[in-house]
Amino acid sequence: MFSYERRMANFSRNYMSIFFHIGQYILWMGRVFKRPEKRSIYRQRIFEEIQNVGYASIGLVALVSIFMGAVLTIQLAYNISSPLIPIYTVGLGVRDSLILEFSPTIISIILAGKVGSSIAGEIGTMRVTDQIDALDIMGVNSTGYLVGPKMIAAIICNPFIVIMSISLGIFGGYMAGVLTGEVSGTDYIYGIQYWFQPFYITYALIKTVVFAAIITTVPAYFGYHASGGALEVGKASTVSVVYSIVIILTFNLILTQMLLQ
Amino acid sequence: MIEVKGLNKSFGDHHVLKNIDAQFHKGQVNIIIGQSGSGKTVLTKCMVGLHDADSGTIEYDGRDFASMTFKEKKLVRQDIGMLFQAGALFDSMTVEDNIMFPLSMFTDQTQKERKERAQFCLDRVNLTNAGKLYPSELSGGMKKRVAIARAISVRPKYLFCDEPNSGLDPKTGLVIDELIKDITEEFDITTIVITHDMNSVIEIGENIQFIYKGEKWWEGSKEEILRTNNQEVVDFVYASKFMKKVRADLAK
Repeated sequence: MFSYERRMANFSRNYMSIFFHIGQYILWMGRVFKRPEKRSIYRQRIFEEIQNVGYASIGLVALVSIFMGAVLTIQLAYNISSPLIPIYTVGLGVRDSLILEFSPTIISIILAGKVGSSIAGEIGTMRVTDQIDALDIMGVNSTGYLVGPKMIAAIICNPFIVIMSISLGIFGGYMAGVLTGEVSGTDYIYGIQYWFQPFYITYALIKTVVFAAIITTVPAYFGYHASGGALEVGKASTVSVVYSIVIILTFNLILTQMLLQ
Repeated sequence: MIEVKGLNKSFGDHHVLKNIDAQFHKGQVNIIIGQSGSGKTVLTKCMVGLHDADSGTIEYDGRDFASMTFKEKKLVRQDIGMLFQAGALFDSMTVEDNIMFPLSMFTDQTQKERKERAQFCLDRVNLTNAGKLYPSELSGGMKKRVAIARAISVRPKYLFCDEPNSGLDPKTGLVIDELIKDITEEFDITTIVITHDMNSVIEIGENIQFIYKGEKWWEGSKEEILRTNNQEVVDFVYASKFMKKVRADLAK
């Protein structure tokens, strides 16, 4: 076969594969929303997953947020050298950057790496060790049982995590500004209060909820459909993180266009 | 009783199961034997609904599984216990929680009743004090016994065992075989065991089905399998030197 034809064949196969996965993902997600066998067990699973998906990520998110806010402050202060631009705009810039983009999107990408790989690994291992088959044979809706509680837990937790991230990011920026002497505490606090748009918080939370669903269901999908052994589970975990990040970035663009028009 | 009629299953161009007809009787240990890749596991997965058959029927006590609604299939599955090759115990749960899981999911029993049932099942498989352990703390043989305990906790009508003594030493394998036989008789269930192990066949086999290249090639009792002249069965049963010697002794 000519190389052009081969390239075209590969191209169409890859694209067909993407459409196949999209279709399979939608059908599979339909099973997540089926009525649970026993609500009390699913409720208990949601609390367990809040611990795994949300609580366990607080330390990492806090650390990243404080440093993110600090670096943003120093960079903005360094770049605002014109006497025409008041120094309090550093606080304003840090606040809006954190609310609009850094906390909802970057933290979601970080969680896609941390939580997503863990979900894909856990469910993938359950698949290759027949634990999912065992659930199916018992008559349990394995998709709903394994994925539903994780998704609900992330949707409940992530908005709180993002609010915490925004707060700590602003705090980190304050500390960096004051300790380096680039911005005074008074200017910074005036800046973070200046021309505040409450809708930005709504926008950030809408994005967070959508990203929470992506972070949990995309890795779960790849783990659920893993086959083979440890190598394939590892691959599924890696691929799931890559796909999650790409999907988060795509939805970030779509939601930004829709909500901030 | 489980009855399979004209079952066909393909994966792409590969025709794995070819027109399989088989009957698995209640209160007996029914054994499916055959070489690796002959289609034994695919047959079992079709029977429990993990694979959809291309054609043919699978009847559970006269009820066709394929034509059942999702809800009806779920009810039948609650009557099925399955012992997987590696146990398939839930890693995140203790042994006791593993056994109680199907009870919590599908019964309205109280926690006390579930615990009592779990302890009864653990006693039955001689693991009285293992309830608080996690699967990672168990040996291969103990995992299989816990898997049996979990399978019988819901009082199944049908028990499927996929290579129950693979990876076990002969003595432990024998314990598992005896346990499967005892449970089958005690609870009067339809048990189907997939195995390569001729020791299991001889020890507990009552109704033996031999699958060869995706076809149901031969069936009979353990006495008949030792005396058959079917070449494919003979090649499988008497593959080892030890079994060849047994055949020579039988011929005398």
